[in-house]
Amino acid sequence: MNFTLKIWRQKNGADKGGLVTYEVKGISPDSSFFEMLDMLNQQLIGQGIDPVSFDHDCREGICGTCSLYINGRPHGPLKGVTTCQLHMRSFRDGEAIFIEPWRCGAFPVIKDLIVDRSAFDRIIQSGGYVSVNSGGIPDANAIPVPKHDSDASFDAAACIGCGACVASCPNASAMLFVSSKVSHLALLPQGRIEAERRVQNMVATMDSLGFGNCSNTYACEAECPKEISVANIARMNREFLAAKVFAEKEKKVSFSL
Amino acid sequence: MINLNAGAPQGPLSEQWASYKSGCKLVNPNNKRKLDVIVVGTGLAGASAAATLGQLGYNVKVFCYQDTPRRAHSIAAQGGINAAKNYQNDGDSVYRLFYDTIKGGDYRARESNVYRLASISPQIIDLCVAQGVPFAREYGGLLANRSFGGTQVSRTFYARGQTGQQLLIGAYSALSRQIAEGSVTLYNRRDILDVVIVDGKARGVIARNLVTGEIERYSAHAVVLASGGYGNVFYLSTNAMGSNVTPAWSAYRKGALFANPCFTQIHPTCIPVHGEFQSKLTLMSESLRNDGRIWVPKEKSDVEKLRKKEIKPTDIPEERRDYYLERRYPAFGNLVPRDVASRAAKERCDAGYGVGSTGLAVYLDFSAAIKRLGREAIAARYGNLFQMYEQIVDEDPYQTPMMIYPAVHYTMGGLWVDYDLMTTVPGLYAIGECNFSDHGANRLGASALMQGLADGYFVLPYTISNFLSSEIHTPSIDTGLPEFEAAAKSVRERLDSLKNTNGKESVDHFHKKLGKIMWEYCGMARNEAGLNKALGLIAELKADFTANVRIPGGLNEYNPELEKAWRVQDFIELGELMVRDALQRNESCGGHFREEYQTPDGEAMRDDEKCAFVGAWEFRGSGSEPELHREELRFETVTPSQRSYK
Repeated sequence: MNFTLKIWRQKNGADKGGLVTYEVKGISPDSSFFEMLDMLNQQLIGQGIDPVSFDHDCREGICGTCSLYINGRPHGPLKGVTTCQLHMRSFRDGEAIFIEPWRCGAFPVIKDLIVDRSAFDRIIQSGGYVSVNSGGIPDANAIPVPKHDSDASFDAAACIGCGACVASCPNASAMLFVSSKVSHLALLPQGRIEAERRVQNMVATMDSLGFGNCSNTYACEAECPKEISVANIARMNREFLAAKVFAEKEKKVSFSL
Repeated sequence: MINLNAGAPQGPLSEQWASYKSGCKLVNPNNKRKLDVIVVGTGLAGASAAATLGQLGYNVKVFCYQDTPRRAHSIAAQGGINAAKNYQNDGDSVYRLFYDTIKGGDYRARESNVYRLASISPQIIDLCVAQGVPFAREYGGLLANRSFGGTQVSRTFYARGQTGQQLLIGAYSALSRQIAEGSVTLYNRRDILDVVIVDGKARGVIARNLVTGEIERYSAHAVVLASGGYGNVFYLSTNAMGSNVTPAWSAYRKGALFANPCFTQIHPTCIPVHGEFQSKLTLMSESLRNDGRIWVPKEKSDVEKLRKKEIKPTDIPEERRDYYLERRYPAFGNLVPRDVASRAAKERCDAGYGVGSTGLAVYLDFSAAIKRLGREAIAARYGNLFQMYEQIVDEDPYQTPMMIYPAVHYTMGGLWVDYDLMTTVPGLYAIGECNFSDHGANRLGASALMQGLADGYFVLPYTISNFLSSEIHTPSIDTGLPEFEAAAKSVRERLDSLKNTNGKESVDHFHKKLGKIMWEYCGMARNEAGLNKALGLIAELKADFTANVRIPGGLNEYNPELEKAWRVQDFIELGELMVRDALQRNESCGGHFREEYQTPDGEAMRDDEKCAFVGAWEFRGSGSEPELHREELRFETVTPSQRSYK
């Protein structure tokens, strides 16, 4: 198969950047999208041109390193698939393919197609954990967890932190990412204890990092390679509201004492 | 001659770890704050170690090459994590997990380390559940288990087919908590290119900032390497693209011994190679062998027709199928250990019974299980794996059998460590896949996650205090010391020389060539003539690389080709050491199958009289041959026997 590629090239964060056109020929339909880019890069190296930088690592759809808007869609045309699991048979022979980095103020471009997503780490650092140390832990079966809750928790925990939700959102909101972590932990008795504090801290951090708000377009769910449900956002809103109300009540109680 | 003494405590195996902990020297909280520890890598071992050391109050600096710690390749582990909980009441115990691991490793691991691993395993599950890891559960609310290759009990805990991901997220959250508290500092997008040794002790690292290209110096009172395995020496493997041996290799070049490099694991159930431009291989969890039956056609005429696509696999009736694992190993059937299953697949394909367009594939068939349990039950167990398979291969495994072939997956060899997980360099530790210690010549499924977390959460935090307790009077190490100066200079010189080669060929060109040599001569089966040939080929490749590699871009910018070049240069040197190690080991054991040493029916022949040792290599300088040291393995609790899964 042959393709015309329109790829975003940007030397570094300060550079303005722009689209550059390349041609690739003789690509097997069984090649992955990145194998196609590998071939392009081999070609460019041969011509003495700086190869295209893109983030990728496990190439099996689980590490969350890869990104890319492909023809305007995060992770390309398929549903429930990361860019690294996309194969060229999903494209038409001779097609022009536009390849761009995530576009979001909170994810600045580092080079070409690579962006800095460390804002996600900072959100997790503000509460995406259960505060336990590596010792003094009760037996794993001491607290039974209803299978239904555990499965729902897993569904939320399947988030790979790639940022497609932010990239797809017209407001660049990180609500799906944050709510998946809030849900993952709030659904388990182990995570329940800190649930109120967690949701408030994580939402505050999210807001402070320049992510937008949610206006219910559900683009995030549609583009999420792990098909994380927007029901998590509803759960987070409920948790958030309950935490706020609870916090108010607590204040009043302590006043009256 | 270096004396390789593991230093395990005296006394019966079951009491050694308890007695070690009782006698272990401690550091008081005020002093912990003054002690710096560097952790390289944020997979299960690195993240769990960094988080725990941070909780204890040490000053931790943690490094990863990825953009965030959560991406480390532990995340891709699918099947599960073993623990001797005996929740199923099916006869499991610490001893049995210990025994299975020693036996599965073909009696080439140290009893003391393996016993400690087995005894710690239950605690890991407790901790992970407390962190919020959503393991699979039964309707009663308690944890579910499944069986795995090489064992006869169900001791594997799992989170669908994404156990590694969930465990790593657990460790990453624990790490994030410490970062927020300030006890751990994260340095992402950094390659560790050298280990700095001052007065005989590991005191720091030289890092390259992958974004700016800057060469940075970091110091500490101790250095912990958790940089993973070296499977990418084969170019095609199930490892992540960035997985590399560089931190461990720089330690080797600085005096740490590298043990059993030839013990590599070829995993039996991977998606077969499709073509020349393939960049990596994808694993299909071994757990699939619980319900899938492996077969090839009995008749070559059927093989021909399949390859020409004249018939479909489902057209071949039962009596014309060869379920070769069930035939050869009736007791374990499709659940034999990985090395045995991989070799059996190779044997059938070499004999001309392989299927698929290349003839290098066998079937993994779920039709019987779907008939027995229903499609839904199979989907609940393996849904995401089936989906992944369909996405890559474009065939529906519910309708037609999967095609699989062995691929490089894990490396049992690694830096030599003692009972404390310390290398031969004082203050330099190696944990997780980066060390050699627990899996002998073959790792059992679901044991890598167990070892990584055991080392990081529960072993290293004790053993490192034994070392650090004598460092409380050492002030922070100055990165201006001549040793740092020299290390940074040599890193810069090597980068310059790579950049200035200005040859004709890309790094991948050399990496692919290396991979082919390693797979052909030091892969699933090895022999003396082939290994000697490989030595010559690698020497040629090394010279060719030095003269002809081409690296575009600059030194002081984001430059993935430069990163790869450094890694591949290390892989070429490692490849040579692997071949030497395979040559010196005159026996077949676990993942190391020397064709000269086999029974008439093709089973591996171990030599316990001559080869019951760990082969640990010492670097003797770039133009000289490395020196082999031996740690004799003494089996006081189990009696080595020829492994039989028949």
